[in-house]
Amino acid sequence: MSAILNITDLRKSYADGFEALKGVNLEIKKGEIVALLGPNGAGKTTLISTVCGITTATSGDVQVGGHCIQREYRAARSMIGLVPQEINLEPFEKVINTVRFSRGLFGRPKDDAIIERILRQLSLWDKRNNQIRELSGGMKRRVLIAKALSHEPQLLFLDEPTAGVDVELRKDMWEVVAGLKASGVTIVLTTHYIEEAEAIADRVGVIARGEMLLIEDKDALMARMGQKQLDVQLSQPLDSIPEALAGYDLVLGEDKHTLTYSYDTRAERTGITKLLQDVSKSGLVLRDVVTRQSSLEDIFVDLVHADDGEDAA
Amino acid sequence: MNLTAIRAIFMFEMARFFRTLAQSLISPVLSTSLYFVVFGAAIGSRIQEVEGVSYGAFIVPGLIMLSVITQAISNASFGIYFPKFIGTVYELLSAPVSFLEIVAGYVGAAAAKALIIGVIILGTSFFFVDVQIAHPLAMLVFLVLTCISFALLGFIIGIWAGSFEQLQLVPLLIVTPLVFLGGAFYSISMLPPVWQTISMFNPVVYLISGFRWAFFETSDVPIGISLFAIAGFTALCLAAIWWIFRTGWRIRQ
Repeated sequence: MSAILNITDLRKSYADGFEALKGVNLEIKKGEIVALLGPNGAGKTTLISTVCGITTATSGDVQVGGHCIQREYRAARSMIGLVPQEINLEPFEKVINTVRFSRGLFGRPKDDAIIERILRQLSLWDKRNNQIRELSGGMKRRVLIAKALSHEPQLLFLDEPTAGVDVELRKDMWEVVAGLKASGVTIVLTTHYIEEAEAIADRVGVIARGEMLLIEDKDALMARMGQKQLDVQLSQPLDSIPEALAGYDLVLGEDKHTLTYSYDTRAERTGITKLLQDVSKSGLVLRDVVTRQSSLEDIFVDLVHADDGEDAA
Repeated sequence: MNLTAIRAIFMFEMARFFRTLAQSLISPVLSTSLYFVVFGAAIGSRIQEVEGVSYGAFIVPGLIMLSVITQAISNASFGIYFPKFIGTVYELLSAPVSFLEIVAGYVGAAAAKALIIGVIILGTSFFFVDVQIAHPLAMLVFLVLTCISFALLGFIIGIWAGSFEQLQLVPLLIVTPLVFLGGAFYSISMLPPVWQTISMFNPVVYLISGFRWAFFETSDVPIGISLFAIAGFTALCLAAIWWIFRTGWRIRQ
């Protein structure tokens, strides 16, 4: 697959000296969904704003479909749709008019058939003649998506599309995103919600303090960094870990009934069989055995905290 | 040139004008009619002719200028300030449009609204006084240029303004006094010599003078200088806007 977005050593410093982006590199392939995860102030929105032309980069190069965003801004921007984080809409405008306006602004000729298709796709067709102020928060967010899609972009940026949206609506939004992907749109979304990245992304990037800490295939990332935990629950409480089990790096739970063993799922030998044998030899009686896999959230927290540690050092 | 984008912005802004028709149209027409009643009929009946023109007719060009300038500024400044205020400016900045296209759309719409109001006020004046237009084409040129140049100024104010208060500040504190002191209701020659000299620094004097010449062939300053002044003012505003978009001042971080 060819790249639709190429970001090379992108830097952004503000007048007060704050460095929002510190040399970001990123390549997005056609047709994929990439989720950019990061804490508040990580630089996610600055990154998107710079690609879209809202913020001017201090240095670096950004190419959209092979077009430089500065020298060939018309060609580059024509390919991009942006759904901002805030619900920025004219309250007194009708839904259909604001979507038509967006299409015109991007230089595309009036085409009511396309507008209708987009509004139907987003379940907004029935609300087309409503003023925006009459819509619910979820509907307004859909209007923003409709505006971003009105000029048929090939690359869609969704900046925190589900921030402050209830669970049902969030899943609804995921379906919309899946539908967009099926129609051939490349999607880059930023999110706070790890489950969102886990649910819909093909690749996951982690940004913290203006740096791209990692960008990787979601499944590979989870497999690579995915640690599993085995909780051995005992019938009798323990005061300390028996000598015979000292080599396993076990953690005794606060309830004194649980021994937790961490292992790598990709390792040739996980050590589970031997551990259970040794537990049995130690005379401990098992009540239950449970395994847990670390989620993307754990991976994310580990990464961001590891970065904190490096900074502190 | 992204003509479709210019048209989209223009139509979107005009739609706001027609959506708020009462506010957009009726209020300037009503307030101008009140000026005719107060200045034209009540006070004007006690004032002799000014430069061979009845006072009621003499103030018509000034009244049109007053409304047109005020409307061009307020429409253009609001037009660009409102997207900044509610955040929809992101769309303008991320669209494949140049600064010239954005300006053409917003300023074009604001100038068109001011022009419509100016023409309606002119029409209204026929009900109150007998107005002859000696040079209709020159009148139209002056009217259109005034609409455009002050819409450009309004656009700059809208970009500069950080609050609704600031949005009102320049029109209220600078433009309205300049228009009132620019000879809207009197001829500059009626002033003492010192004030005549001071008035020559007021750019609005040249506009009203030129506009009035198109009606009655009488003017405070030669018509050529009036034309030069309005062209210079327009060029100055254009240069300021070019600089704003080049540097991203107050709009792009």
